[in-house]
Amino acid sequence: MMAGFRRTLRGVTARFTAGQAGILRNLVGQVADLVGGPGAADAPPAGEPAEPGGGADLPLDVGAIFAMDGPAAPPDDPVLARLLPDAYGDDPEAAGEFRRYTEQDLRSGKVAAARTVLATLPSDGGRVRLSAGDAEAWLRSLNDVRLALGVVLGITEDYEHELGELDPEDPREAYLHVYDWLTFLQETLVRALR
Amino acid sequence: MSAAPAEVQRPEADEVVVPDTPWVTIVWNDPVNLMSYVTYVFQKVFGYAKPRAEKLMLDVHHKGKAVVSSGTRESMERDAEVLHGYGLWATVSHDR
Repeated sequence: MMAGFRRTLRGVTARFTAGQAGILRNLVGQVADLVGGPGAADAPPAGEPAEPGGGADLPLDVGAIFAMDGPAAPPDDPVLARLLPDAYGDDPEAAGEFRRYTEQDLRSGKVAAARTVLATLPSDGGRVRLSAGDAEAWLRSLNDVRLALGVVLGITEDYEHELGELDPEDPREAYLHVYDWLTFLQETLVRALR
Repeated sequence: MSAAPAEVQRPEADEVVVPDTPWVTIVWNDPVNLMSYVTYVFQKVFGYAKPRAEKLMLDVHHKGKAVVSSGTRESMERDAEVLHGYGLWATVSHDR
């Protein structure tokens, strides 16, 4: 396992194994493609998902986790609906108007944050050192990936308890461990920025 | 030289609600956003001091939602847009 992010005199820093970097790049790229359209991440292939860094035993098709939604997802895609929520809960007309004026910028911002992660996280892993601006982008991007996984996996506030009692045969098991790792990673990043 | 950067304090929500601008931004609870992250976002976006940001975060967590800002409809929509950028589930509302 990894120690997460910590603050140093030259910015916040963390180490990633090649496996961890591959998983994270893959998920960040998928969210960017989902939000910005195919190719939005504009990233080189992440390579084989490879072996995880000593934690979960991931299936090789980790890249397929969002595939059920397709790259050109309709607006009622549940993952997109969470990433691009309505701003008016009980007024569809106002919600539509708000969306018309803001959604493109919101999508662009999320894609930009994802690209920052892809640009600063080497595909073969190693040490990542982030400026304040890059760290902010990482924070948003990690959160977007967790939100997306949260929808796909049906995450509840009790997920840690569920994870402990999960049937080892449950197909969600590996992804729940990835979600748990990303939660840890984001928590250490928030703390390092304080 | 000060020991820490001064926090920009916004007025309490209750103080800025006047009959002409009864619009509010509401943040809703969700099972994914971290408590520490939500507090961080409230500090960053609104310039709230940590105790106020933490109280709002706890309101969201325990009550299911919290009014995080109030003012004109336009400024509430700007707040909601920024909060969506951080992945928080925010809505704009006329009635509290």
